[in-house]
Amino acid sequence: MKPKPFMNPYLAGFLLGLVLLATIYITGRGLGASGAFKSVVLSTVENVAPQHAEEGLYYSEYAESHPGSPMVSWLVFEVIGVVIGAFISGLISNRVGFKFEKGPRATNTARIIGAILGGALFGFGSQLGRGCTSGSALSGMAVLSFGGIITMLAIFGGAYALAYFFRKLWLK
Amino acid sequence: MGPLVPYIISQEFNLIIALLIGIGFGFVLEQAGFSSTRKLVGLFYGYDFTVLRVFFTAGVTAAVGVLLLSHYGLLDLRVIYINPTFTRSALVGGVIMGAGFIIGGFCPGTSVCAASIGKIDGILFVLGGFLGVFAFVEAYPLFKDFFMADALGPVKINEQLSMSMPLFTTLMTAVAIIAFIATWQIEKRVRKIDTKTPRKMQIRYALAIAVPFLILAVVAFLPGKEEIIKNRIAEAKRQQKCVFREIAADKLAYEIVNHHYQLNIIDVRTPEEYEAFHIPLAINIPFDEILDRKWERIFKQKEKTNIFYADSDTLVRMSCLKAKFIGKSTNFILREGVSEFRDMYYNPAEPVAGATKQEINTYNFRTKATHDMENLKDALKNIGKPVTREVKVVQGGCS
Repeated sequence: MKPKPFMNPYLAGFLLGLVLLATIYITGRGLGASGAFKSVVLSTVENVAPQHAEEGLYYSEYAESHPGSPMVSWLVFEVIGVVIGAFISGLISNRVGFKFEKGPRATNTARIIGAILGGALFGFGSQLGRGCTSGSALSGMAVLSFGGIITMLAIFGGAYALAYFFRKLWLK
Repeated sequence: MGPLVPYIISQEFNLIIALLIGIGFGFVLEQAGFSSTRKLVGLFYGYDFTVLRVFFTAGVTAAVGVLLLSHYGLLDLRVIYINPTFTRSALVGGVIMGAGFIIGGFCPGTSVCAASIGKIDGILFVLGGFLGVFAFVEAYPLFKDFFMADALGPVKINEQLSMSMPLFTTLMTAVAIIAFIATWQIEKRVRKIDTKTPRKMQIRYALAIAVPFLILAVVAFLPGKEEIIKNRIAEAKRQQKCVFREIAADKLAYEIVNHHYQLNIIDVRTPEEYEAFHIPLAINIPFDEILDRKWERIFKQKEKTNIFYADSDTLVRMSCLKAKFIGKSTNFILREGVSEFRDMYYNPAEPVAGATKQEINTYNFRTKATHDMENLKDALKNIGKPVTREVKVVQGGCS
């Protein structure tokens, strides 16, 4: 079966805005994603190398401000929901299945390295910038946070500034 | 009044809410096409502006919604999480994320969506994300000073620019709409296609543009909930029309001595006046603070009777009216002013020779009541304090 077309972007944006608004109204906080990555990393290190986790500065600071397991966090539950929601959406629109997406001229190796490296940069940057596109930029915009909005400008500005150098990854 | 967590929805149930919200979030992201890396990156090469459209529409919708909810007293902006600003790390972190975006073709949320429907590149990006977070956590001691530099706290952008929230949101909405129109033109040129938007859609888009501005105008120009209440209770007519249940000072003293546990005696004067003298067991809720969330319980409960007092007749009536906007508690006002109460109970004139029996009885009652009230005050020093809700700012962001 052919995949169904994507939703009208403005309608999708409106619905996304309502999800964010509901989040703020119910919980007082915004959406997020990178925080769940951090929870996974912290809890993995705690289980694999408990000694190291006790000694590390970040681990101890985090444990002090966040008692309990890092996996029992709002964002971890939210991201589990994202996995379910995205899967349902993919299912009803016939988009589920193993696929490897890349630019028309990019080699497989380049795309594999690019995805991992890009993920690593994003992961690193999201910790430094205290949140990613969801937690800092989008949620920050909803509550007019100064930090959130300058992070957003830096993300999109940075990507535009570097787009030329990575055009071979994406353009014909 | 929102946020509903933690008073209306518990912290534990909040995790279930997180799961449900996540489902909605993931569903919309996937439906928008954010599970496709080429669609995401299109923004940076001008062939597909979906990201910009979805992102800005969502941001504007939520920002306008937040203002509207707060305007009508449904959301307390003082306690919602505002991402704190650390200028340097926000900018450098943002540029690194930008590099990650153009090289990896995703951001964390979208990579999770892509991985969920089986995109191998999405799964690789997620794994890379773990590595990046791990690298940061391990190298944290090296970055700590930089990470903590320029801490401005939870500042809002409109404050930085000395604007009101509705004004900044209006500008933001206008910029978003201009960007939508401009990118639509760019996309047409890059893709070299010219599709006509059907008339029906044109009307819908025009309406969609008008709605946020209309809401912003309402927020900016029409009175909000607090203002409406303020205006209503200041109306002389309303004060005259409303039947206030009054309680006399002697009756109040009797009730304090015998049924203090059934009363909330509320001093609506300023804290200084309250400190100088107050009726035994009274709590202080200054008039301006009556609508505060922490006192909500007192005006919504039905077990105890609230008794308002002050020195001015108008202030006490306005307080009683204000309390009626919050809940359906039983409210009385003290007929006498507080200084009269003080004179009656703390400086009673001793009956002169030839006083009537009733005068002597009154005197005896009052001195005994004063004595009993003082004893009660000592006995209840600790448990008599009102239970206030500690209003905490919500923790959020990616911490």
